[in-house]
Amino acid sequence: MSKNMIISGLVIFVIAVLSPFWAQAVFGDKHVVPKPELVGKAATAKKCVLDKYDMRANHMSLLDEWRDSVVRDADRRYDAVNGHSFGMSLSTGEDSCLGCHEDKAKFCDSCHVYTSVNPYCWECHTNPKEIE
Amino acid sequence: MKKSRRSFLKVASIAAIGLGAAPAMNFAASNSHGAAKAVKDKNEEALTAHRWGMVIDTNKLTDEIAEAMTEACHSAHNVPDFNHEVDEEKYPNTRPVNMKQEIKWIWPEKFHYAFPYKEDEFLAEKFHHLPIPVLCNHCKEAPCTQACPTQATFKRKDGIVLMDYHRCIGCRFCMAACPFGARSFNYRDPRPFIAETDPDFPTRSKGVVEKCNLCAERLAKGERPHCEEASEGAIVVGDLEDPESDIRHLLAEHYTIRRKQSYGTEPSVYYIV
Ligand code: HEC
Ligand code: HEC
Ligand code: HEC
Repeated sequence: MSKNMIISGLVIFVIAVLSPFWAQAVFGDKHVVPKPELVGKAATAKKCVLDKYDMRANHMSLLDEWRDSVVRDADRRYDAVNGHSFGMSLSTGEDSCLGCHEDKAKFCDSCHVYTSVNPYCWECHTNPKEIE
Repeated sequence: MKKSRRSFLKVASIAAIGLGAAPAMNFAASNSHGAAKAVKDKNEEALTAHRWGMVIDTNKLTDEIAEAMTEACHSAHNVPDFNHEVDEEKYPNTRPVNMKQEIKWIWPEKFHYAFPYKEDEFLAEKFHHLPIPVLCNHCKEAPCTQACPTQATFKRKDGIVLMDYHRCIGCRFCMAACPFGARSFNYRDPRPFIAETDPDFPTRSKGVVEKCNLCAERLAKGERPHCEEASEGAIVVGDLEDPESDIRHLLAEHYTIRRKQSYGTEPSVYYIV
């Protein structure tokens, strides 16, 4: 077999293997990672419950902690390390997650849809904005 | 430069000590002043008790009052009403209801169902018509909490027998264990049957058991339970273990009965008859 055949075969192979990387750029719908929008009170509030990167990585465990505290220990107030105080709730009260992040669709959902996360919480918990 | 085996080992061991130093120093540092920690606490205005209980004065009951209590409770807790007409646009193809699968937290019951062992041969006439409000008795020795395999139903420190819906797997052992029929199972999604969803409380979902929570979410805000507020004085909620509480004064002054006392579950709901 000629040397050229082998080289061109290798080139085709390498291009094929790398297709996920270039195909996205060439044929892909140029989509970008959505940026969760800070809407409503969250736009003016300076601080979340934990700092931004901690929230991004750990809000699920925080919520888990919150619900245990509320339901099982009857403690509903959370005095955060950053000095702010929160009512431990997904959606009830001004200082709950949705009380501050007022637009669930543009905030929580934009991230969750992109990452294919579908929290079952909303089978019970309600988004005040969705109740007419 | 030529390294002997001996000098290499010297350098390597010093380096190893250096590697171990950082974690050790961090450990010492964190122990000395401790990282700031978030604090979880009750709201300042929260109502607390050693053991919450209820006294229901049957002399003050009328059909209207009994109904108002149910209505206040059920609408605030998003309890579905199977008589509610389903919005076909929002919930298409909802299958017809089976009234046996009704969900109830507090409801008026006939005296002889509420107190099957108290039905005397010549029972005073008025008891045949009285709407006796029945609900979870928040028993001191609650059999449901012992039956629950996941501790979804549990006894809170303040005596309330509470459901943690997040843990409920829908096995219904608690319903079999409860002698009062105070629990309902969600055989279907309750949302189509909620006329107006109250944003202050979550709904439930298909597959969980539910019941009265003695308005734990209101007590936490310093508010009185809905049924008490709607009862025009027929219901008093208070601390059974505080001898100075209103509820204990009522119990000291009146003859009261409890449902199925002989079962030994020690209900916390008393009825003045
Ligand atoms: C089967 C219904 C149901 C589901 C599903 C559910 N919850 Fe809840 N949750 C409740 C109820 C009922 C309460 C009690 C509300 C109260 O006492 O104020 C509650 C309370 C909470 C609370 C504290 C109070 C509040 O108002 O938020 C948090 C936080 C919470 N749940 C988080 C979650 C999260 C996160 C999920 C999803 C991973 C979830 N829940 C799924 C029913 C549910
Ligand atoms: C008082 C208002 C407020 C409340 C209450 C609040 N947040 Fe935030 N949250 C913010 C703000 C402001 C930011 C942006 C912080 C920053 O940029 O440093 C943020 C950031 C976040 C982020 C990171 C977003 C990103 O860009 O990566 C997540 C995730 C988040 N919040 C989730 C939650 C959840 C879950 C709750 C309830 C447990 C909650 N927040 C409660 C105001 C709030
Ligand atoms: C920065 C992106 C981002 C934002 C903003 C965000 N989430 Fe998430 N969330 C995630 C990711 C990613 C996961 C999955 C993490 C995993 O599975 O390890 C997740 C998981 C969760 C879970 C656990 C789901 C499960 O099934 O275990 C809950 C509950 C949740 N998010 C609630 C919220 C709420 C409420 C908000 C809005 C207040 C929110 N999140 C905003 C990225 C985000």
